[in-house]
Amino acid sequence: MPVKAMLQIKKLIHDYITRDDEGNVSGKIRALDDVSLEVKPGEFIAVLGHNGSGKSTLAKHLNALLFPSEGEVWVDGMETDDEDHLWDIRQEAGMIFQNPDNQIIGQVVEEDVGFGPENLGIPTKEIWERVDEALTTVGMQEFRHKSPNRLSGGQKQRVSIAGVIAMHPKCIIMDEPTAMLDPSGRREVIRAARALNEVEGITIILITHYMEEAIYADRIFVMDEGKVALQGTPHEVFSKVDTMKKLHLDVPEVTLLADELRKAGLDLPEGILTKEELAEALGLAKKKN
Amino acid sequence: MSLRIEDITYVYDQGTAMAVNALNHISVEIPDGQFIGLVGHTGSGKSTFVQMLNGLLLPSSGHIYWDGQDIQADGFDRKRLRANVGLVFQYPEHQLFESDVLADVMFGPKNLELPAEECRKRAEEALMQVQLPKECWEMSPFDLSGGQKRRAAIAGVLAMHPRILILDEPTAGLDPRGRDEILEMVRRMKENLHMTIVLVSHSMDDVAEYTDRILVMNAGSILMDGTPEEVFARYEELEPIGLAAPQMVYIMQYLRGLGLPVNPNALTVEAGKEEILSHIADLNALTGKNFHAVGTGAVRTRKQPQGKTKAEGETVHA
Repeated sequence: MPVKAMLQIKKLIHDYITRDDEGNVSGKIRALDDVSLEVKPGEFIAVLGHNGSGKSTLAKHLNALLFPSEGEVWVDGMETDDEDHLWDIRQEAGMIFQNPDNQIIGQVVEEDVGFGPENLGIPTKEIWERVDEALTTVGMQEFRHKSPNRLSGGQKQRVSIAGVIAMHPKCIIMDEPTAMLDPSGRREVIRAARALNEVEGITIILITHYMEEAIYADRIFVMDEGKVALQGTPHEVFSKVDTMKKLHLDVPEVTLLADELRKAGLDLPEGILTKEELAEALGLAKKKN
Repeated sequence: MSLRIEDITYVYDQGTAMAVNALNHISVEIPDGQFIGLVGHTGSGKSTFVQMLNGLLLPSSGHIYWDGQDIQADGFDRKRLRANVGLVFQYPEHQLFESDVLADVMFGPKNLELPAEECRKRAEEALMQVQLPKECWEMSPFDLSGGQKRRAAIAGVLAMHPRILILDEPTAGLDPRGRDEILEMVRRMKENLHMTIVLVSHSMDDVAEYTDRILVMNAGSILMDGTPEEVFARYEELEPIGLAAPQMVYIMQYLRGLGLPVNPNALTVEAGKEEILSHIADLNALTGKNFHAVGTGAVRTRKQPQGKTKAEGETVHA
């Protein structure tokens, strides 16, 4: 029996309708144009694309914040258009946004994390168990009695993630979670995302502008003009350096370096993603002690 | 028209139990014509520091001299200072408010009580500098795309004719192409208008590529002050304070660790490529392979700014 898809999108179209002052339809912008894709449970997916390519619109369909103009979106076997499943879908597919300050509401870290499960009507004792477990997972246990105001951006974003984990989701959608963070904050958040995926088996959809964050993904979807323009493993996607540039995107620095070296005549394979792979391709083996 | 900062401190909520030292005895000089990168992790004091530079915040102690004059002296025209030192905040597009783009850009010069004709001229020039097409000028700023809004907001500061332009993370939230476009635009504006630029950034790759001097802030002090090469040579000290070196440094370090004698201080893709190509013979001797280079491909080049003033390499420890 085939494994049930975590996320399934069939011929999804999304139109944003603009209206004039009287409320008459004055225009239509097609943000998603016939998108079909499937994500298996436990996959780590990265979504890349330039501003306005439809990434965030896609993300909002995945936990039923937006509904299809045409086509279907299924989350763990539930259709987002089905009102009876709305809350189940939002509990199963959690969402992390760009700005940590817009997502934190609690006065104390542990209260903020408990807000979600409390809304699910979970008994108090279990809420605390979940808060405990979620804070441990993101490595924020020692801050549980602190005010979120006193945390760094990366720490705040980890608190937001803990808040989502406490809902016991099967899937977390992260919409540019590192865009406003400094380098160490970015590392913290990506490390947390990878741990959730590898240890807890939670499906991760990571939308990002940082190519270096996408190399850990199982698969990458590249969006352009509301369509999936490119998809594949990081090796497959980043070996298309010129296509990526046409799509207003970059490739990781080491990939670019390898590509330049290849253009300069060095016989190197395409799609080198890490410095280790570059060294290996250059024939520089790690010294054995 | 340089800015000299002498031993300034700043304390938030001074005299209360909540008092926080945001700046600790900073001294630094910002001469004409430099492209300065200001880096530091969240909470290191960058934003407080840049607000000092145009007198939005005044130091708790110490002095700031603009063109030799103390900005806290009686009779000093701080309004003129704010025109001379332009500050573009993070997400500046949130500050757009006028009915059309041109009016929005004219708001600054109008406040300087310049004649209407002059305001208009300055606004138009500023919009040309940020390369916002003419058909956008009469539009509501809210109908522009994200990147265009940001350009319009930058034009608003540019119309004040600043000598120093401070940009607080001007590329936040933009895609890679958008980032390159904004930074290229800043570089061109600097050349065209002979301004000094202070770029506050979290991207070490960007400051490595565009700036000729980097100030590293930590815990309210300036920890390092030098050229990108000097600062990133000390990358091991950057990591404990929440920063990092450009990615190329790590690649070069790694190859060097494996025996290839490349200079670990190559900061950009171009520099990294040149380093490796210049060590092809070593590489072949080391690996027994037979790599050889033919011609060169098109690369992103690091343009050397003209009239580059080499910053003092010394470190300021507060």
